[in-house]
Amino acid sequence: MSYRHAIGTRAYVFDSLRVLMAKATPIRSGDQLAGLAAESAEEGVAARMALADVPLSTFLNELVVPYEEDEVTRLIMDTHDVAAFKPIASLTVGAFRDWLLSEEATSERLAAIAPGVTPEMAAAVCKLMRNQDLIAVARRCRIVTRFRNTIGLPGTMAVRLQPNHPSDDLRGIAASIADGLAYGCGDAVIGINPVSDNMQVLSDILKMLDELITRLAIPTQGCVLTHVTSSIELINRGVPVDLVFQSVAGTEAANKSFGADLAILREGLDAGRSLKRGTIGDNVMYFETGQGSALSAGAHHDVDQQTLEARAYAVCRAFEPLLVNTVVGFIGPEYLYDGKQIVRAGLEDHFCGKLMGVPLGCDICYTNHAEADQDDMDTLLTLLGAAGVSYIMGIPGADDVMLNYQSTSFHDQLYIRDVLGLKRAPEFEAWLAAQGITGAGGRLVAPAQALRLLGPLAEIAQ
Amino acid sequence: MISDEIWRRLTELTPARIALGRTGSGLPTHQAMKFALAHAQARDAVHTPLAPDEITAGLDTLGLPHLTVSSRAVLRHSYLLRPDLGRRLEAAGREAIAAQRATSGVDIALVIADGLSARAAHAHAIAVTGALLPYIQQNAWSLGPVVVVSQGRVAIGDEIGALLGARLVLVMIGERPGLSSPDSLGIYLTFAPKPGRTDGERNCLSNIHGAGMSANEAAFKAAWLMREAFSRRLTGVTLKDESGVYLSDGRDPEAPGLPPASIDH
Repeated sequence: MSYRHAIGTRAYVFDSLRVLMAKATPIRSGDQLAGLAAESAEEGVAARMALADVPLSTFLNELVVPYEEDEVTRLIMDTHDVAAFKPIASLTVGAFRDWLLSEEATSERLAAIAPGVTPEMAAAVCKLMRNQDLIAVARRCRIVTRFRNTIGLPGTMAVRLQPNHPSDDLRGIAASIADGLAYGCGDAVIGINPVSDNMQVLSDILKMLDELITRLAIPTQGCVLTHVTSSIELINRGVPVDLVFQSVAGTEAANKSFGADLAILREGLDAGRSLKRGTIGDNVMYFETGQGSALSAGAHHDVDQQTLEARAYAVCRAFEPLLVNTVVGFIGPEYLYDGKQIVRAGLEDHFCGKLMGVPLGCDICYTNHAEADQDDMDTLLTLLGAAGVSYIMGIPGADDVMLNYQSTSFHDQLYIRDVLGLKRAPEFEAWLAAQGITGAGGRLVAPAQALRLLGPLAEIAQ
Repeated sequence: MISDEIWRRLTELTPARIALGRTGSGLPTHQAMKFALAHAQARDAVHTPLAPDEITAGLDTLGLPHLTVSSRAVLRHSYLLRPDLGRRLEAAGREAIAAQRATSGVDIALVIADGLSARAAHAHAIAVTGALLPYIQQNAWSLGPVVVVSQGRVAIGDEIGALLGARLVLVMIGERPGLSSPDSLGIYLTFAPKPGRTDGERNCLSNIHGAGMSANEAAFKAAWLMREAFSRRLTGVTLKDESGVYLSDGRDPEAPGLPPASIDH
């Protein structure tokens, strides 16, 4: 059906919910590239005004990607929790925003409605919200996950230690891990993006991670971020795999371009759980996402990139992940042009994920061909810290020497802990204290204390 | 101090920025300035244009015929904001390539493109091409003219491969510049190239540069993958790089030589 809104004597008409959603999205280069963005600032606001009047129930009847053509749509519709949806079933998108910002929307009530919130509903309300709204509501959403420690408790923020090396050298990876642990990083995961997809190389990295975590008795998990089919194969070969990783997107065709579908993700989940390596929980999946990936694969069905990103969280949600993060600025300026667009997208992604009940972290990042720099990362880090982000990345000096982009550093996570008083996952916090790496209040003590780790680390890396 | 000595040794194991020291939660000033300089240099690398003559001179030395073409992205700004333009050939180049098509096609089309770092193509594409030649000769693979592309993206290889009637296209392309590696080259292999191929249908070797993968190792791996691609008639996520199995049994990746013909999957 069509939607309309008059401003003065001008009537703006939007042919479908899909078009209305796209035009209502704050301007970004990816939607302009796709030819979906509002053509004037006034049209953008007219679309938002029209969207505010759309009942949430409309999203269950008018689908932005056809049910018959797309298994992600089928997943969203077939698993929609009608009972959870009931308290918000009579609201419009605008009234939903009002409710979310009200004192009615407690952490408990937000958790209760999450299974009833479809990604399109989350995306729609997001488009009506300012940055401060996205922070205020996300902050109240609590999503707690467990494998060998507890991620997502109020007042905590975890860090993925990301010790990548340009030729997967084990000693080089271990050197970055030593530095990261000395800065108190690694509670979300020690996660390596391998250069290679060679099974022997992947296996060697996983065995080193396993030995490191076991010998030092670190309450955390390791991950090699390789394709889900490779992780399944490694598990079949008896290699110690903690978390099963996959990049995912919001349409079946985009996932196909990654060589993945829901069936293979299910296989990955089952394979990961079969090892029973989690000590306090069985959240074994790790997903990464990012606005623009569907368009990049020519698989966007003329839907705006923010809505498709929220649909990716519906994919994640079905597999009870330990960790999900948007890699917000990684994709490049053709999708998010500058620091302003990256900051906005990071807050949107975090809000939509949390509202849907997904443990969202963020790789706060940019590439060297985007109009952004470390000042923009400081801004987004501070805002996401306030919004209660589940975890961020910790990369030596913020410079990933393998993936060639900049993210947040070991230092940056110290900064945000200091400014906002954020703790680590409690089990990991206790381990750091027992190692003498941290002292009172979880603050780092003299760097020399961390050297106790170095002996075993150097041995393991041989 | 002993601890300083240990950290110094650790820093030699990786180009990553470890053991930077801290002042409070922040970076010491000299480290903050080093980072700012590296970012400035990477920004400059993105905007350095391809010098096709530097590449074609190297191809002449190797005795390889070549063509120089452009994508439909004319300016760097439009290249950055319109990846679709960087994936398609502009008309003159399209015609020039089509005119070179051999009657029965070729086994491999080699493409060299600037991507996001012309510096990477300048620095490493000729070395990788040279290292590939012994494998190409050994397997009697036929080659089309090497196509050098300005303002190109990975998928432009699909159109080039299809125009040349190639069974497989190998694209060497500058990767997005990092702070520590403004000249990193990637290799993308696509079996049965044609416009519309997805990234899941390609195999990729990345981080080919001074501190990363060597040209010889890249050529060894690419040759292994191409042999597998031809025998299994596909590239992509179902084709895993297991070339290391043969490296670990004592084979020297620095010396040309192929894995055994019968491969157990």
